Amino acid sequence: MFTLDWSFLSKKVVGTQTYFSWLMTAWETTLTISLFAFVIAFTLGFLMGVLRTTQNKYLVLIGNIWTEIFRNIPVLVQIFLWYFVIPKIFPIFSKLPAFALAVIALGLFTSSRISEQVRAGIQSIPTDQRYASLALGLTTYQSYRFVLLPVAFRLVLPPLTSEAMNVIKNSSVAFAVSIAELTMYAIQVQEETARGIEVYLVVTALYFISALIVNLISIVVEKSIQIPHFIGGKK
Amino acid sequence: MSLDFSFLTLKVINNIILTGLIFSIKLTLISMVLGIILGTLLAMMRLSKYKFLSSFALAYVTIIRSIPLVMVILWVFLLIPLFIGRSLGTEYSAIITFTLFEAAFYAEIMRAGIQSVKRDQANAGYALGMNYFQCMGYIVLPQAFRNMLPVLLTQTIVLFQDTSLVYAIGAFDLLKGFSIISKNFNRPVEAYILATIVYFIICFGLSYLVKRIQNRVRIVR
Amino acid sequence: MIELKNVSKWYSDFQVLDNCSTKIKKGEVVVVCGPSGSSKSTLIKTINGLEPFQKGEIIVDNVNVHDPKTNLSKLRSRVGMVFQHFELFPHLSVQENLTLAQIKVLKRNKTEAINYGLKYLERVGLTNQKDKFPGQLSGGQQQRVAIARALSMDPIVMLFDEPTSSLDPEMVGEVLDVIVKLANEGMTMVCVTHEMGFAKKVSNRVIFMDEGKIVEDCTKDNFFNNQTALSARAKEFLSKILR
Repeated sequence: MFTLDWSFLSKKVVGTQTYFSWLMTAWETTLTISLFAFVIAFTLGFLMGVLRTTQNKYLVLIGNIWTEIFRNIPVLVQIFLWYFVIPKIFPIFSKLPAFALAVIALGLFTSSRISEQVRAGIQSIPTDQRYASLALGLTTYQSYRFVLLPVAFRLVLPPLTSEAMNVIKNSSVAFAVSIAELTMYAIQVQEETARGIEVYLVVTALYFISALIVNLISIVVEKSIQIPHFIGGKK
Repeated sequence: MSLDFSFLTLKVINNIILTGLIFSIKLTLISMVLGIILGTLLAMMRLSKYKFLSSFALAYVTIIRSIPLVMVILWVFLLIPLFIGRSLGTEYSAIITFTLFEAAFYAEIMRAGIQSVKRDQANAGYALGMNYFQCMGYIVLPQAFRNMLPVLLTQTIVLFQDTSLVYAIGAFDLLKGFSIISKNFNRPVEAYILATIVYFIICFGLSYLVKRIQNRVRIVR
Repeated sequence: MIELKNVSKWYSDFQVLDNCSTKIKKGEVVVVCGPSGSSKSTLIKTINGLEPFQKGEIIVDNVNVHDPKTNLSKLRSRVGMVFQHFELFPHLSVQENLTLAQIKVLKRNKTEAINYGLKYLERVGLTNQKDKFPGQLSGGQQQRVAIARALSMDPIVMLFDEPTSSLDPEMVGEVLDVIVKLANEGMTMVCVTHEMGFAKKVSNRVIFMDEGKIVEDCTKDNFFNNQTALSARAKEFLSKILR
């Protein structure tokens, strides 16, 4: 029905740049946005998730409010919020490039999801496990640092992996503020070359490969922290 | 800076915001119903003893779940005219996309739901002389659906949030409404503040409702 | 050494402990029993401040548990506790389970902590398991490690919260043996348990609880051999459990 024609990839766009080299740059942008956003999401998500499991009701409230806000606004709306609104209200942010704003938006959105996973993970650890560490005289901080968090981290690794994949997928919304990542490339090159199928195929394939990379990293991490007969939280 | 919301007249609310909101809700509800039906079929295929059915369902779910939704929206919008020779317009294209896309997610939920029903429940049905479809329809699926109701609804809230991504093909949804206001009145700050508030109220309200349903289901069980 | 004065505790408006008072002397072995839901476990967890309470007072070795100025970590490090589900830390090896709190709380250096830990591991007969992870041990072995972990802290008293109730029947003996040995050496102990044979053998006193109240608090002999003096609830409980 269709014949695929990949010749556009070697065509020049401007100067020495070809559609292929542009594609690679776009992929790099997708991966960089995702990486930075995930670092933000992981750090804040872990912090907020932990706060929500403490005995202090103010800390719980802070964690809850954070999570509800960033979870209940669509990611694209959050991108627009950071791009159009925040720099006008807080002028410091107007110095940041669109790329950084998209990273922040994506990171905060994802942090709310990681916070949910971390909270659920810690709460699935039996109360007596917390008590056992306190009964030995560990302080609350020490019981989190040496007992609860190491256990919780192993419990949330699988959902954390799918959140990492979600970050890559969600980074596609950055096209809406004209960041030259993979989806932006797909939309623009489809218009310029009229080779929609080929362009979408190659972009989709790169998203696949990216997900595969995340999966491989997660397998390596999982192996490195593996514990014989680890039965987490289920007793 | 000072905010100016004077553009917000009854006419603007009626013609732009409500038009968009109604399409977003329509898109959510239709894709939810069709998506759950298709997803349940996929889940049944996935758990089927026929290898080709289960492999097909597995491949479908895996592929869809590893592609960004925006790319799926673009794919469907590109492919429909190639297959049927004419464009169906952004709205129908969006409905088809979301049904196909969300089905993969509902399928995973329904699979977990079916597996949450004890194996002997189905056996009890077979022992009474029911066939596969009777067993599924009268015994397993009602229980699976009930067990998974909170998760299905939570996924629907995600679906509602995701409808904003039809921005990619320019369909007139709630977010598009605010972006039109932003451009027409040159008031992006106010427009997107409003968008944030409206989406938050809807999604937060819905997730509060789901929590209450979840508690009720837990008590009944 | 331990004194509870009129301890009461509520979960919102549901009362779980109702005016509980008792004294435990040094070297005493006290068994706490009663039907499930009688808050036995809650009661012993108030002794080291794991469960907060709203009214009353608990003094452990001249330290007031309820006083906000009390350094709870320090107090807890001197009160050993053994849990129903062992609660070894699943991500740490047996040896690391034994040494973690010695190093972080008692500030012992690592070699010293290992020596202490291995000494007690030997006493529970598990020296050869020191490099295994909790998941690789049987329930009985895990509980013996948990006892060694508590002993490594040189506690002045040991609290046992149903230490054998989640074990398979054939493993109950090995854990009880360790506890009996400890009792015979003069360790002060409070033990929540349903093992009446154990209570008869080693305890000095029996506390019987029902619906959050201490209903009986008497010597072992009075509890088991002078049943006419007991309350109806305690008689009923004994007739069921000794059948």
